[in-house]
Amino acid sequence: MRYLPNTEQEIAAMLEVIGASSQDDLFATIPSECRRKNPMKLPPAMTEWELNQHMDKLADQVSGTHHNNVFVGAGSYHHHVPASVSYLLGRSEFSTAYTPYQPEISQGTLQAIYEYQSLVTRLLGMDVANASMYDGASGLAEALLMAIRVSRRNKVAVSKAIHPNYRQVVNTYFKPTGYEIIELPYRPDGRSDLAALSDITDLAAIAVQSPNFFGCIEDLESVALKAHEDSKTLMVACFTEPLAYGLLKNPGSLGADIACGEGQSFGIPQSFGGPGLGMFAAKKAYVRSMPGRLVGRTVDRDGKGGFVLTLATREQHIRRDKATSNICSNQGLCATAAAMYMASLGGTGLRGLATLNYDKSAYLKKRMIQAGLRLPFEAPTFNEFVVKLPAEFEQKYQQLLKKKIVAGLPLAPYYPELAGCHLFCVTETFSKQDMDTLVEEVAA
Amino acid sequence: MKEITQLNLPEDVLYADDHEWVRKDDGTVKIGISDYAQDQLGDIVYVELPQVGDKFDQKEAFGSLESVKAVSELFMPVGGEVVAVNAGLEAAPELVNTAPYTDGWMVEIKPKDPAELESLMSKDAYVEMLKGL
Amino acid sequence: MKETAGTKGLIFNEPLLWEKGVRGRTGFSMPRRDIEEAPMDEKLKGGAPDFPDLSEVDVVRHYTRLSQWNFGVDSGMYPLGSCTMKYNPKTNERQAALPGFAAAHPLVPAQLSQGILQLLYNLQHYLAEITGLDAVSLQPAAGAHGELAGMLICHAYHVHKGKPRSKILIPDTAHGTNPASASLCGFKSIPVKSNAQGILSADVIGELMDEDTAGIMVTNPNTLGLFEDNIKRVAEIVHAKGGLIYCDGANMNAVMGIIDMKAVGVDILHLNLHKTFSTPHGGGGPGSGPVCVTKELEKFLPVPRVVFEQEQYLLSNDFPDTIGKLHAFYGNVGVQIKAYSYILSMGAEGLKQASQMAVLNANYIKTRLKESYHLPYDRPCMHECVFTDQKQSVYKVSTLDIAKRLMDYGFHPPTIYFPLVVSGAIMIEPTETEPKENLDAFIDAMQAIAVEAEKDPDLLHRAPLLPKLNRLDETSAARNPCLCD
Repeated sequence: MRYLPNTEQEIAAMLEVIGASSQDDLFATIPSECRRKNPMKLPPAMTEWELNQHMDKLADQVSGTHHNNVFVGAGSYHHHVPASVSYLLGRSEFSTAYTPYQPEISQGTLQAIYEYQSLVTRLLGMDVANASMYDGASGLAEALLMAIRVSRRNKVAVSKAIHPNYRQVVNTYFKPTGYEIIELPYRPDGRSDLAALSDITDLAAIAVQSPNFFGCIEDLESVALKAHEDSKTLMVACFTEPLAYGLLKNPGSLGADIACGEGQSFGIPQSFGGPGLGMFAAKKAYVRSMPGRLVGRTVDRDGKGGFVLTLATREQHIRRDKATSNICSNQGLCATAAAMYMASLGGTGLRGLATLNYDKSAYLKKRMIQAGLRLPFEAPTFNEFVVKLPAEFEQKYQQLLKKKIVAGLPLAPYYPELAGCHLFCVTETFSKQDMDTLVEEVAA
Repeated sequence: MKEITQLNLPEDVLYADDHEWVRKDDGTVKIGISDYAQDQLGDIVYVELPQVGDKFDQKEAFGSLESVKAVSELFMPVGGEVVAVNAGLEAAPELVNTAPYTDGWMVEIKPKDPAELESLMSKDAYVEMLKGL
Repeated sequence: MKETAGTKGLIFNEPLLWEKGVRGRTGFSMPRRDIEEAPMDEKLKGGAPDFPDLSEVDVVRHYTRLSQWNFGVDSGMYPLGSCTMKYNPKTNERQAALPGFAAAHPLVPAQLSQGILQLLYNLQHYLAEITGLDAVSLQPAAGAHGELAGMLICHAYHVHKGKPRSKILIPDTAHGTNPASASLCGFKSIPVKSNAQGILSADVIGELMDEDTAGIMVTNPNTLGLFEDNIKRVAEIVHAKGGLIYCDGANMNAVMGIIDMKAVGVDILHLNLHKTFSTPHGGGGPGSGPVCVTKELEKFLPVPRVVFEQEQYLLSNDFPDTIGKLHAFYGNVGVQIKAYSYILSMGAEGLKQASQMAVLNANYIKTRLKESYHLPYDRPCMHECVFTDQKQSVYKVSTLDIAKRLMDYGFHPPTIYFPLVVSGAIMIEPTETEPKENLDAFIDAMQAIAVEAEKDPDLLHRAPLLPKLNRLDETSAARNPCLCD
């Protein structure tokens, strides 16, 4: 087998050196009651060519966003990935290396991650960013735990307009802790409603998502002002579409203490929801409470510049049960991909692409309204928005699936009060023709 | 690592068995770590100190010292209230290494029970303890 | 000196991204604009982020040069103990990149995702079969995430029984993520000392186990590379007082096809797909940490779960006792696809051979190096072995010096200073994908270094001499962190 290089002779030679008569000897001390009674029941080993056929067949049974008009975002976005980025990620010096514990022979990874950290701080307008969390959802959960540590309080306010799956993950992380989560409703215009906070004090954090799950751009400045009425409360701004910050005012400039979210849009394939990229950034004052790995600049003993993992005393391998998080392996290669993507786009390109996404979405919105459809939320949006569809749309929706059109994400399972509404998303990958066809089909 | 004979161990302080020193002032005591401790820990990169007003019992953890690869907790040699912390250690944690008994002091405490000072060691007793380690 | 793998060569200096580029360059093909610009409230607009503008050539050269500074498994032997740095098959990459998988949206109706759902469903079953446990969730995104899932399941189990418990037993050989994960669930970690043989004693567990202890987190084989011989007795003691056995499966590479974790007494186990199942480490992830449980604990698994109902594969949330969700969607599916490909490529016999070979390679190194290096536990090891710098320390040469010098010989150093129970630990895990001649070259290098330690310790203090940089200043990086430009 091509991944098991040692032949019978080599095995025999090694056994002789060890002084064992067979490979089974090396397992002799394992108690019999711990052993398997039967061999594992798995499919017979496939040749490379059989595997290709098998996998091609499975992949053919998926309607990917590359061949179908999937007008769905909701935390996973179809964007073009340059061939140069996919190619560079294939360099096995990046992908087959591990955590850069030995910095002398890991400067490639270390510089790539330092550059990623820097680009993220510039994108989000924050002071410091880490090397990644698993995804936007777990990043939000860790941001709230961080706010609790920093403020020494045990209550957080979380907007209902944050992605429902993200809120579920926060609930899961919080369940054994006893910390309290106050849910903030949303207003008729689609933005978070802070009125519920007027009687509440001692919050560790107020968390909103912008653009939020409905695609609406939140008034982050007001949220930050509200949070900072109390000097200990942190404002946590999360996101699912970082491309928005190529165009909109970034969370840092509006007062966010922690900005975190999903970076999959930046050069990472959707891949049925993972691997993604948890972008995580904060104000400098909080750096020692941050979870995740951090790469820092330094010099070597000859004074030459380089990079190392630093502030490791926050982390699990040193601080153990008092660590800021248990995270070890994160999404390193995905962060590298995002950096390559941001480098390829450049500041000018990112602005151009964000504007194009906004314009495409605005076009679809306009056409939907012209076709007589109602949009329940009037707050400005980025590349997603909610549409109320006619009463019997479900049947039409199923028919459209057969035509390779996914007409938005039905919201009823997530927000029963929004039954009959769908969340639509467009990106630069959709043409005017695609959008016109959709409107014709939906409005017919 | 220094030999015991090379260590700087002043006579004007008392020592705890986990290597803190205590110097009596006017109704308060100043606390830091001994030359032995800083030598063992290596380069200190960060000192986590409590806030003025915090109260701790004898032997309770009141802060921590970080080197690059390790964290060590600091334990109160006597119980009491924090009346001052050495803010200079924020910018210059290396003072713990270079001047452990002077500029590297960590907290100033108003002792709750001055009798607890009796349980601390003189320099000679501390040296004996170090020899046994 | 015989020619070794490490040598001088021309590699390139390369500045930081923002030290290059010219405003107006681009490395991206902007899609054609077929709709008009839309009005936008100026108050919402920010400035463009301060990113450099680079051409495609700038970007490709940048990252090509950076990659040359890295040592990966494809560069040479990478015996990093506890990490299982085995070869990453390239066919796995081809499968994960298939457009049908890469372009799959997680929230479209199930009928459009049958191919990927079928893959995940099968993978769950294969992992259950390999471990001997009953049910699997692929959702955790890394080993530590799987540990968190396991601890949450343990917590939920006791709450469900009406009596939450507050403590968890954790051996002193445990990986740091174990106590950190336990803390996230509000458990207090109670450390357990290993015995003189480097394994757990049933008696010690017996003294510590009580009705307020939720269970024990074991790693088996443990981080000293030793099989926990007393594990069944330990499991009985913990179970007798109503506790659960959590097994950190990071070292599964030693025992595939040989051990039945359920028979051992394990209730919950996590796997590291990026270790045992050959998916690439990526310079720090993405990994994948599926959690496997007994039938009794199945109801607590994270949702949604992949099920087969009415002739199709579906994602179901219909599990009222679930601990909930740990990931926005279904975990690192792109990584799971690679593990699935690996299992199909190896088959049952191949996986067992992989474990046998991993153990053989480690024992070969242990036998041949024990003359030159101090072996704290001289007994058969599993897939990794642990030495110390005791013999070299008399010359004032440390584990760190030995590790740095190994780079000059063309090897990635082993894991150093872990586990903490051994002073100056050097943990070597060759894996099964390393051929004998590389093991011999590694052994030769280690032996040469042992001689250098005696004859020329200063050389080792000055190592590494060949890489681009030499002993970076981690102290000032921690005192005055500079974390971005």
